[in-house]
This record gives sequence, C-alpha cells and structure tokens, in this order.
Amino acid sequence: MIFDTAVQGAQMILVLLLSPLLTGFVRKVKARLLRRRGPPLIQPYRDLVRLMHKEVVLAENASWLFRAIPYLIFAGVWVAASLVPTFRTGLLFSWTADLIAIIALLGSARFFLALAGLDVGTSFGGIGSSREVMIASLAEPAMLMIVFAVALIAGSTQLSTMAGFMISPEVGLRVSLGLALISLMMVAIAENARLPVDNPATHLELTMVHEAMVLEYSGRHLALIDLSASLKLLLYVSLIACLFAPWGLAPQGAGLQALAIGVVAYLAKLAAGGLLLAVFETAIAKMRVFRVPEFLGAALMLGLLATLLLFVSRSL
Amino acid sequence: MALAIILSGVAVLLGVAALAIMIGRSRGAVPIVYGACLTVSLISFAGALFELTYVRAVPLTVTLPLGLPWLGAHFRIDALAAFFLAVVDLGAAAASLFALGYGRHEKAPLRVLPFYPAFLAGMNLVVLADDAFTFLSAWEFMSLTSWALVMAHHREHDNAYAGYVYLVMASFGTLALLLAFGMLAGPEGGYAFDAIRAGHPSAAVAALVLVLVLVGAGSKAGVVPLHVWLPLAHPAAPSHVSALMSGVMTKVAVYGFVRIVFDLLGPPDWWWSMVVLAIGGITAVMGVLYALMQHDLKRLLAYHTVENIGIIFIGLGLSLAFKAHGMAFAAALALTAALLHVFNHSVFKSLLFFGGGAVLTATGERDMEHLGGLIHRMPQTAFVFLVGCVAISALPPLNGFVSEWLTFQAILLSPQLPSWGLKLLVPAVGALLALSAALAAACFVKAFGVTFLGRPRTLAAERGHETDRFSLAAMFSLATLCLVAGILPGLFIDALAPAVKGLVGESMPFQAGVEWLSIVPIAESRSSYNGLLVFLFMIISGMLAASAIHRLASDKLRRAPAWDCGYPDASPATQYTADSFAQPIRRVFGTVVFRAREVGEMPPPGDVRPARLTVELHDLIWETLYAPIAGGIASASERLNRLQFLTIRQYLSLVFAAVILLLLVLAIWP
Repeated sequence: MIFDTAVQGAQMILVLLLSPLLTGFVRKVKARLLRRRGPPLIQPYRDLVRLMHKEVVLAENASWLFRAIPYLIFAGVWVAASLVPTFRTGLLFSWTADLIAIIALLGSARFFLALAGLDVGTSFGGIGSSREVMIASLAEPAMLMIVFAVALIAGSTQLSTMAGFMISPEVGLRVSLGLALISLMMVAIAENARLPVDNPATHLELTMVHEAMVLEYSGRHLALIDLSASLKLLLYVSLIACLFAPWGLAPQGAGLQALAIGVVAYLAKLAAGGLLLAVFETAIAKMRVFRVPEFLGAALMLGLLATLLLFVSRSL
Repeated sequence: MALAIILSGVAVLLGVAALAIMIGRSRGAVPIVYGACLTVSLISFAGALFELTYVRAVPLTVTLPLGLPWLGAHFRIDALAAFFLAVVDLGAAAASLFALGYGRHEKAPLRVLPFYPAFLAGMNLVVLADDAFTFLSAWEFMSLTSWALVMAHHREHDNAYAGYVYLVMASFGTLALLLAFGMLAGPEGGYAFDAIRAGHPSAAVAALVLVLVLVGAGSKAGVVPLHVWLPLAHPAAPSHVSALMSGVMTKVAVYGFVRIVFDLLGPPDWWWSMVVLAIGGITAVMGVLYALMQHDLKRLLAYHTVENIGIIFIGLGLSLAFKAHGMAFAAALALTAALLHVFNHSVFKSLLFFGGGAVLTATGERDMEHLGGLIHRMPQTAFVFLVGCVAISALPPLNGFVSEWLTFQAILLSPQLPSWGLKLLVPAVGALLALSAALAAACFVKAFGVTFLGRPRTLAAERGHETDRFSLAAMFSLATLCLVAGILPGLFIDALAPAVKGLVGESMPFQAGVEWLSIVPIAESRSSYNGLLVFLFMIISGMLAASAIHRLASDKLRRAPAWDCGYPDASPATQYTADSFAQPIRRVFGTVVFRAREVGEMPPPGDVRPARLTVELHDLIWETLYAPIAGGIASASERLNRLQFLTIRQYLSLVFAAVILLLLVLAIWP
C-alpha cells in the first residue's frame, strides 16, 4: 500500500518534472534539423521559473474566472497525466478515471481555456477560442472512436487493463489497431496545437489558435498554462506509448528492478516520440485553418472505421 | 400513503389555481401562489422519494370515481412513476422557489398565476395515471395549461405564432397517442393499463403503436423532426415556466414513451431499437447544431434540450436492443444511463433557464449579441450558470458526464448483439453521440462566453445587476445538485435500480458498497469512475499549485489595459459575437446541414459604403417537411372556402348528393 502510494506520487512528480524537458527536447531537435543550434534543453524550465517570479499584468476588465482558469487547467491536465501509466501499470488511483474520463478531463481543461480567451473581450482571444472549439468538435469524437476501438479489443476502458492486454500475445496484428494508431497520432497533433494544425512557435497572430487564446496571460498564469501545455504533450506521448508500445512497462507488484527498467523504457519512448514529432513538424508546413476539418475528419473516419471493423468481427 | 399524499397535493394545486384566479390581481398573490406550489411540490417530492426507495411487492393503486363512468380514474405509483414524479416535483419546487423572486416582475400575473399550479398538477397526473383515459386527459390538460403559459405574453413579437405552432403540434401528438391507446386497448376497450399489459398485441399492432408513440410522445419531447414547436414555445413562456417545459415536461413525454414501449407493449422486436437509436442519434446532433446557430439565449437553451432528448433516446434505444436480445444486464445499464440523464438534464436545464431568466430581468435582453461582461455585474448568477454549462457539456466532475459515460459503457457492450443492422448502426450512433458531446461544449463556451464574459455590448448589459435572493437560492440549490450527482453518482444509480428492474428484469450492481464510492458498471478491470476523487484531486492540485507559486515565486498583480497585441480597440463591437464565434463550426457543418452561405459585399476603393457580410441559413426540416404541408393546407382551405358562398340551390344539391352517396355506401357495404 505504502509502496503503491509512493509509486503513484513518483508518477505525479515525474510527469510534472519531465514535461518541460520533452518540450525542450522537441525544440532542440527541430532546431538541429534546421541546422540551428537551438536553445538548451533546460530552457523551458528557465522560462517557467522566470515567468513565475514575474508579476501578473492583468487586463483591466478581466474577471475572477480569468484568474482561476490557469489553476483549473493545470489541475485538470495534471490529474489526467498522473492517471496514464508511464512506467508501471496498476497505479494506485488508476481506477478513479478510465480512458474516457481522462479524455473528458482534458475536455474540461480546454473548455476553460476557451472561456479564458473570451474573458477580456479582445478579438484575438475570440478568434483563438472559436477556432479551438471547432478543432475540438472534431478531435474529441475522433478520440472517442479510438478509445472505442482499443477498448473493444482489450475489453476494457481501464488504461492499466488495456496496457496489460496490449502487451500480451493475444493482441496480434490487427487492421483496426493500425487505423486507430494513425488516427490517434493525428488527434494528438491537433490536440497539442502542433504543426500542421497550429504553430507553437508562430509570431503571426492570425495564424495561431492556442497562442491567440492565451495572449492576455502573463507571469505565473502564463507559466501554468505553458506547463499544462507541456504536460498535455507528455500525456499524449505517454498514452500512445502505453497503448501501442507498452514494452518495458512494469506490471503491478513488480520489484524495483522492473520499475527501473520501466523508467528507462519510458524515457526512451518519450525521446522516440519527441524525435518523431520534431521530424514530422520540420517536414511539413502549416495548413490553412479550414483545411484542419478535413485533416481531423479523416482522423474521425479512421477511428470510426476501426470501431466498425471490430463490430463486424472481433478478430479484425 | 404516498399516493394519497401526491394525489391530495394535485388537488391542492388545482385549488391554488382556482384561488389564483380570484386573488391574482392583488400584490400578495405571487408569494401565496408560488409559496403554496413550493410547499406542495416539496411534500410530493418527499413522497415520491419514499416510494422510490421503499420496496413494495405490489405497487400502490387507487381508483377514483372520476372520468368515464364504467372505467373510473385509475392511479398507480410504481418505481418508474416514483422516479419521474421525483424529477417532476423537484423541478417544480425549484421553479416555484425561483418564481418567488422572478414572478414579482411579471406584468400580467393573471395570465400566469392560475395556469402555473394547474400545469404542475397536470404533469403529476400524467405520471400517476393508470388508464388510457386518465393519461390522455392529464396529457391534454398539461399541454393546454402550458400553452396558456406560452401565450402569457402574447403581444410580444412572435409569441402568438409560437403558441399557434405549439397548439397544432400538441394536438397532433395527442391524436397519435389517442390512436396508440386505441390500438392497445383493442376492440373490447380495455383501457386500464392492467388490461393492456395483460393483452399481447400482434406484431403488426405493436409496430404501429411504436410509430404512433414515437410521434405522440416524441413530438412532446422534441424529437427531430417533430421538434419545430419546442424552440419557439419554450423561450416564449416566462423563464420559470421555460425551465419547467424544457427541464420537466419533456421528461414527462419521455415517461410516456418508456411507460408504453417498455411496460405496456410487451417484449420488443429487435428492429424497434434501430428506429429509436437512429432517431436519437440524429436528434442529438441536429439539436446541438441548431443550438450553435442561435444568438437568443433562451432559444439556444431550448434547442439544446432537443440534443439531450436525443441522448436519452440513444440510451433507451440501446436498452431496447439489449432487451430484445435477452441481454438483461446490458439493457439495465443502458436504461440506467438514460434515466440518469433524464434526472441530470432536468436539473441543469432548469438551472440554465433560471440563469437566462435572471439575465432577462437584469438587462431586459435575451439576445446574446446585446449582452456581455455580466460576470462583473452578476457574479453569483455567472457562477451558477457556469456550473450548469460545465454540467450540460458532459465534463467531469459534474453530473452530465456520468450519464454520458454510462451510455458509452453501454455502447461498448453492444458488439455482442447478434443482428447485423445493429452492429453497423450502433458504432455510427456512438460517433454521433461523441460528436454531439463535443459540439455541446462548443455551444456552451459560446453561451457563457458571449453572455457573461468580455465587455458589455450595450448599455443594458452595462447596467445589469445581481438578481434577487429567491432566484439565487433556487439556482444555487440546483448547482449543488449538479455537483452532488456528479461526485456521488452511485447513490443515484442505486435509487434507479427498482425502476430499471421493473422494466428490463435486471438492474445494475449495487454501487453504494463499492470502495471509495466509485461507480463500477460491470467490473473494476473493465471500467470505473470516481467523480469524488477526481473532484478532490483537482481541488487539491489546483490549491497546491496556487499556494506553492504564491509562496515560493510571486503573488504580485497589476491591472493594466488589455494587451491585444499592442492594438486594443476601445469599442466593444470589436469583440467576437455569438455569430462570429460559431462561424468556423458553421463553415464545417452548416454548409451541409443548413446550406449555409456567406455573401461578402466589399465596396470598391473610394466608396464610403460599409462592407457587409450576409449569412444565409436554411432550416431544411421546416422547408422540406412543414412548409409544404402548411402550404397544402392553406391552398386546400382556400379552395374549400368557396363552399361558403354558394346559392341555396347549390347547397340543396350538395346535400342531395351527400345523401345519395351515403346510401350508395350503405348499399355496397358488405
């Protein structure tokens, strides 16, 4: 029991500490691919600390909600991220929320972020929020279809059980899993505001979605929102790793050695995920906003197809 | 005992209605009428709750010598009726409490006060009725009293039209139900529900009854394409009545559907569920898309009711599918999800309509394009409205999420269904459900963001003020219920168990005994959810982050003009409006569903005319289904109108021809 609590606590702190590193790693790889030197790996940590020590400059007509939202978002994303198995399955609180609930928690975070975009009453905030909900209105059903497909195969929506099933030899190669994986990667790109859906590094306001919503935030509020964004990226990489590359995951009740292997494997998976993302982002250009529905519509169709295949035959 | 209490409550309500006619003009009428309604509703609610939890072998029944002389009026309260009575009376109590404050602003109290208690009585009677005659009379009474309430402000723009459409649709719906009961009762005329239950209708009769009930109860509930009256009529009524119509009366309609299809009609055929599922899925998505296109706050809420009815019908359809294939346990899961959503929706939709009413009294505006920034003027209303928005968007840790989560769990059980039609339909319906959930969140970001956030768009919004304490008390109690039902869903699921067991023969496992008050529909390794812990974790981690940052880093704060990339514009017209917020979604979905078109008109350089953007939307359901019927009736009556201006000879020959025709028919009839 105490050991389980310690593992759960370690997971919560691990995801919190690793997430800026992942963001820094992706930035570094992208810079190196462009033959730039790039910021040091720990730059995101420095940014966070600096932002947290700055005072908050709050717009005159910002409401109490605007000040509460960064904490709400951080809480939602952090709780979600602590429930995704990273290096060990069967976390102490993994039964608190299954995969559907984790997705919905991220939905709550997004709901509040979109409200924050509207709070000050500027046109940039509005454009960000309205585009964000448009993207979410397709990404969320696509995500749920992926959850359906994987849950039908694993016979569970509980992430620990799903990961346990995915590592067992029963899985085999399935068309539906392939479709779900492609769809999940597309959704992850959209959900994390990465290229080609949104550009995390843009300075042209009209092309941004996420950055436009948080334009009015500063100081510790901005730090929390940036940290939540990093956490969300980490969460999606962990989710893909846990469902589609569950190798090395320590099972429940495993000893310290297995846990160490699990942590090393997890770090390797994060590095691989970050590397893939950076290569993909370097290779592709941002698409127009109204091409995004087609991109996500494809993800939704792939997810639906995967689910349909499983309804037709459990072995597909 | 409980039955007697609730029936005498109905009698008291009717008495209050009569009293309201006499004292309606006096100033003290509002507290007396609404206070009496509140008391009676609370007592009936307690009675219903007692019936729901107290297990009886034989449900309570009573027969009163009213109505048809050879039949009498049968009343009965079983677990299903007790659950719906609890929903009705809880909504009624909240609306009465709200109206204690809100009703004082009523300009024409005599048009509202007498009908309001009568409307409550009607809804109670529908749920209690145990024979077709009583059911239909109560149903019609409920329709007519609510119609009178819709017409309370009949001089306002479009309200008379809304009342007219409502009356036509309500009569049409009752006609369908009348025929359904006629088919069920058979030639012997066994109108008591007991007699109907005992008789087994043939497959053809059952199919016909199903269609008629879908039309009759579905039109009252707001199922697409029979929803057209709902977004007109619900917003037209005073806000506490809107809350009742949207939150509660649609549930009475769902009760009618469940009572007939699950209880009276006997074992279902497998294809029934396909019809119900398809209708549910389409209703959910169409309802929310319509809602997204609105900029009238109350109309948006009314359209959104259509979406939630769709979600409820998806649950009912799944339950029918499982029941038809003998999967009693899965049927219980799906039915629990649907009934829980009935309760949840009645709570948060009432809350949201109260919020809309509070905004209406504070500013005199329903149009979101004229509002904005109300969170500063009405902080408490804004808070509870936000709770309602989060709940209705199915976001954890509030209650809307629980019922949708259960529906998703039921969908995940459906690959075991043997029939191919369902195998293909259920995933599609699942996708529609997921789509509607995501769009609902977008819809309520818009509703809350444009109304309460940003800068005030008009003087009226700038001068808004916090609403009275009765209204706030009503809204806060409903918001608390949203939270309680979200974090302790197990209690509510257990309370539903007897009702579910009575209909599908099985119920979900007992949840109160699960560790940590989680809900576990099937097994913990399969799926579980604990709203309480999610809520606590979020609170703790949010507080932890806040205190850590404030203590270790900085807690300084400075107010300054908005940044807006260096070019803040003083005019509030530069904010996003409700229509511009929905523009991306309109472009993605609306071009197909509403044939939406945007025409930009840009004058040439040098011309001083303003540039214009015209948006064209078509309500295809109205244009393709209702407009031709209305046009056909209009042109037919135009033709028949000539019959009024005939000469006496022509009338005589008409009569003569009619007599000959009748004689011929009699002669030929075998």
